[in-house]
Amino acid sequence: MVAARITVNGEEAPLTPAATHTTALDFLRERGLTGTKEGCAEGECGACSVLVARPGVDRPTDWVAVNACLIPAAALDGQEVITSEGLAPAGTAAALHPVQEEMAARGGSQCGYCTPGFVCSMAAEYYRSDRCAHTERVEGAPQDGGADPAGSADAEHGPNGFDLHALSGNLCRCTGYRPIRDAAFAVGTPADGDPLAQRREQAPPAPVATEYVQDGRVFLRRHTLADTLQVLRERPDAVVIAGSTDFGVEVNLRARRADCVVAVDRLPELRELRVEPDSLVIGAALTLTEIERRLGGDVPLLAELFPQFASRLIRNGATLGGNLGTGSPIGDSPPVLLALEASVVLTDADGEREVPLADYFTGYRQSVRRPGELIRAVRIPLPLSPVVAFHKIAKRRFDDISSVAVAFALDVQDGIVRKARIGLGGVAATPIRSLAAEAVLEGRPWTAETVGAAARELRGEGTPMSDHRASSLYRSAMLGQSLLKLYARTTEAVSS
Amino acid sequence: MSHLSERPEKPVVGVSMPHESATLHVTGTALYTDDLVHRTKDVLHAHPVQVMKAHGRITALRTEPALAVPGVVRVLTGADVPGVNDAGMKHDEPLFPDHVMFYGHAVAWVLGETLEAARLGAAAVEVELDELPSVVTLRDAIETGSFHGARPVMVTGDVDAGLAGAAHVFTGELQFSDQEHFYLETHAALAHIDEAGQVFVQSSTQHPSETQEIVAHVLGLHSHDVTVQCLRMGGGFGGKEMQPHGFAAVAALGARLTGRPVRLRLNRTQDLTMSGKRHGFHATWTIGFDPDGRIRALDATLTADGGWSLDLSEPVVARALCHIDNVYRLPHARIAGRVAKTNKASNTAFRGFGGPQGMLVIEDIMGRCAPLLGLDPMELRERNFYRQGQTTPYGQPVLQPDRISAVWHKTLENGGVAERRREIDAFNAAHPHTKRALAVTGIKFGISFNLTAFNQGGALVLIYKDGSVLINHGGTEMGQGLHTKMLQVAATSLGIPLHKVRLAPTRTDKVPNTSATAASSGTDLNGAAVKNACEQLRGRLLQVAATELGANASDVRIVDGVARGLGSDRELAWDDLVRIAYFQRVQLSAAGFYRTEGLHWDAASFRGSPFKYFAHGAAAAEVEVDGFTGAYRIRRVDIVHDVGDSLSPMIDIGQVEGGFVQGAGWLTLEDMRWDATDGPHRGRLLTQAASTYKLPSFSEMPEEFNVTLLENATEEGSVYGSKAVGEPPLMLALSVREALRQAAAAFGPGGVAVELASPATPEAVYWAIEEARRGATSQAGHAGGGFTAGSDAGSGDVSGSEVGADAAASSGA
Repeated sequence: MVAARITVNGEEAPLTPAATHTTALDFLRERGLTGTKEGCAEGECGACSVLVARPGVDRPTDWVAVNACLIPAAALDGQEVITSEGLAPAGTAAALHPVQEEMAARGGSQCGYCTPGFVCSMAAEYYRSDRCAHTERVEGAPQDGGADPAGSADAEHGPNGFDLHALSGNLCRCTGYRPIRDAAFAVGTPADGDPLAQRREQAPPAPVATEYVQDGRVFLRRHTLADTLQVLRERPDAVVIAGSTDFGVEVNLRARRADCVVAVDRLPELRELRVEPDSLVIGAALTLTEIERRLGGDVPLLAELFPQFASRLIRNGATLGGNLGTGSPIGDSPPVLLALEASVVLTDADGEREVPLADYFTGYRQSVRRPGELIRAVRIPLPLSPVVAFHKIAKRRFDDISSVAVAFALDVQDGIVRKARIGLGGVAATPIRSLAAEAVLEGRPWTAETVGAAARELRGEGTPMSDHRASSLYRSAMLGQSLLKLYARTTEAVSS
Repeated sequence: MSHLSERPEKPVVGVSMPHESATLHVTGTALYTDDLVHRTKDVLHAHPVQVMKAHGRITALRTEPALAVPGVVRVLTGADVPGVNDAGMKHDEPLFPDHVMFYGHAVAWVLGETLEAARLGAAAVEVELDELPSVVTLRDAIETGSFHGARPVMVTGDVDAGLAGAAHVFTGELQFSDQEHFYLETHAALAHIDEAGQVFVQSSTQHPSETQEIVAHVLGLHSHDVTVQCLRMGGGFGGKEMQPHGFAAVAALGARLTGRPVRLRLNRTQDLTMSGKRHGFHATWTIGFDPDGRIRALDATLTADGGWSLDLSEPVVARALCHIDNVYRLPHARIAGRVAKTNKASNTAFRGFGGPQGMLVIEDIMGRCAPLLGLDPMELRERNFYRQGQTTPYGQPVLQPDRISAVWHKTLENGGVAERRREIDAFNAAHPHTKRALAVTGIKFGISFNLTAFNQGGALVLIYKDGSVLINHGGTEMGQGLHTKMLQVAATSLGIPLHKVRLAPTRTDKVPNTSATAASSGTDLNGAAVKNACEQLRGRLLQVAATELGANASDVRIVDGVARGLGSDRELAWDDLVRIAYFQRVQLSAAGFYRTEGLHWDAASFRGSPFKYFAHGAAAAEVEVDGFTGAYRIRRVDIVHDVGDSLSPMIDIGQVEGGFVQGAGWLTLEDMRWDATDGPHRGRLLTQAASTYKLPSFSEMPEEFNVTLLENATEEGSVYGSKAVGEPPLMLALSVREALRQAAAAFGPGGVAVELASPATPEAVYWAIEEARRGATSQAGHAGGGFTAGSDAGSGDVSGSEVGADAAASSGA
């Protein structure tokens, strides 16, 4: 096996002597690339944002911005990384990259500490292959039913197609963001010969089988699912990671040191997205960004979920498999997947089984998943119920942890609720369905009276707690309010 | 026009330009203290031994287990301190304490070859504690009489008579929690010892001179043995005014004992749990109004949560008292201030320094009382503005009351406020589940340190033979653009292009005895000192030029790097002039100095004129609130702010915008919570990470954000006619809170006081809506029960008390 190495700003760098838990952030800083900063070490502030070359959605390669503080350096074996120091074309020390130019000229930096991270997140959006200016979109061919890649020019989208959500994982304490928004909305398109733009046309770096050992600990990546499952059988203590967006926090904030870490994020079997006659299969190791872009708006409830799920930087690493694997009761995807009646495809060296998500969770961060078993995919049955909503109640609109989350998937025909599925997060030790509210709704007319009765059931669901995010009273109230809000939306839509 | 405020021909000040380090920022090449570690050999890493109990006496501290951890080099304890074991200026802040005074208090530091080794070593240190009862909440401190420091009372007129004669009297209470600075760069220091045993500390500090002083006294050295340098900070906001000293001293002590460089950098959780924050306050008040809504008298007591040591709590309370009037005349007032002593990290300076807390109290009163007086909140506010000839409750004349009205009316005009209020009324009538509201508030913020002695600044300006200029001054750069302005000031006063001037990092061996870069005064003090030094140099060069040009020195001008005599075509280029001066043995360096004149302050009687001038501004904020959840958006904000004649418009607008959003964070989102239960983690900060303590992000930025600087606003007697800008705009965000209050009220029948907890989170707004819908004026509503349940009873009493109070109850004419 070749010694682990990472290509940083075009130069190969050996991984040694980094520890197996060393983050990409610390690895870069040890190499003197101190432009990449630590602000929080838990993927909340984006000061550590860097670009990595990944398999593209509609070009061979995408430049994807990720939190370097969360990714183990060993997970980048054989990969290509660009930092703020490496954005401008090599050999032109004085030159600035176009996003750097705009950030500098428009007052986008004050103390400058968050700036390199902003620049990297902005550069990723600059190179997003389906970003196109608002005017180009209007003049071009009509879009199909998918998500609008350019967005409309509104508070969150620039006339250049820049989606501000690309910066939702970056915090600035100085500027108040206005000049950063101006810079983002001013960047043009890559010039001919832009080396990072050209890089997108070549194949992405292949995943590299890695067996990186330091101080008796090992970081492993295997080429195939079968080999990976064999490792998991032999090492029941192994920690499985994909984007490492949860494990990275454990490493940094709670000093977790795993003896064996196994990366699964590049296994082809975990990266498929397939429409079958009666279901949609989503690979467990696809990043949320990949799902978001590849599905477009085809699953409206997921389309509502994604912009509210953490930040773009996190979605570029996080996976559905990870969100279900950690089993947090306040994960954002389970309420939605419960409402969609999803099931979980589990696999181990002996074979595969499928468990309805409603039966998957057994307790706080616990599930029916056995040691050695991997989540391979999530299956969503088709057709989808047409009336959907995802209400995430949180203090901050972007990138916050929910106090409660409520997902609705309702089938209302001729004014009668034929089917109702409601997923709840943040009200119990596990994500749950509100069977009581579903029962009140189903078979009844979609009226204020029915909705009021169901909302009362919702308010009684679970045992929400009081903590730093919200009081239990507010949490309970919001469960009911979510349904009233959905009802108001449907009736207002009719009346207008 | 005064000499200080006068601008010469073609000034470089006033030109809009980006931050002087912008190119370094965007390329990641700007260096911060901890970036130096990777450029330094053989560095040891320091890790704190934090004790996770709120209060107790240390009965045993065993360091041997740490020394057994591979890679651990040394454990620092109180026994190692050769000088004074204290990290503060009040001598109540032991660097290595024998009592744990708050949850997470560091009692020892472990030095390791790697940070990992130091961390493991710190975990191995054994600490035994005799636990003591703790005071965690401000309410508990008040009830048990746990206070420290001065207890000033500001009195003007006769408050009892004023209240007795008032047509309307209201009484109420307000409590609001702390705010974390959350500078993106956490506290950091890197110390080493040079060949002569001198100590050199790189520190992320707003106050290098005081860091130097404390490092010296901890090490038992003189100040001339210690040099402190601050390259730049990744944000400060007041959090690095007092708090860096102890961390720098630990690094310096480690370097001295081991002979190796020592790096100390807090991770985010250490920073959040160990360093102080903006003081939370509790306020009780009784206010009396005339029949037409003019304030007659205000009787209030403000209690600041000081935490375990005094730090800057006394001057913070003083500034809170000095700003409870904001833009309103208080004919009769009695305002008492005090500092609660609690078992929490020691609260400290934070942008505004008590001013925001004082202003929040009066604006909350105005917002609550307006409906009870039957007045529109804007009308009530405007009616109470200061007029010409009036003085503040502490006796300082309000010199520019016209500016209070000027920025207000300009804001109404720029924001199209009258028309938009009509649109909002129409929108609200058509939308039962969504309400909008627009509120306008103004500010008046006093500029200068309350303590007169701090109002001095120094500079050292060097001209080299080749004509290049290097400036040093006592101020530090934390993103506010001070260095940019200093470059502009130097170029302007020397009459040369900006590129001729470079600025050296702030060091205590260049300019001694500097004041903190704080109180918005960085530019006023250091700018005037730089200008003073440059003028000395210019005076000498004009003599040289006069001889060369055959003109009288007083008729020579240096503009754009060329000296000319008036009415003459003869020119002398700057570089030539400098070279000639050198050969004539003219001194080409100068130390500049400035002291703010006309200040006086008597802390005992709480009277005087502590401020050089007031900064003014007004903001109109429009919000939209969802009646189902209490969630909201800031739709539009218009601001007109008075920075005098701006030295650097892009920098100033950046300060206004950034301050506003930071203030909005304090008032709406940033929700510091502590464990106030009697459980094992009593006193623990619950929001000790970026995932639980949320700063404003893009989603909190006003969707439309228009900031205008007041025109023709020359400030007499300050550097090139400018005004300070660092702190004042933060308080413009009070407009957001008031807009949220009004939007919540719009869900109800109106005419009642709507109480709103601070921060006005979506939950707080939701409970305010619920109360407005009930049309209730005063009762313990959902909020009390909702917030006080469970583990966060500590901050629970934030809103519990407010809602529970008889805010708008009595009308006692």
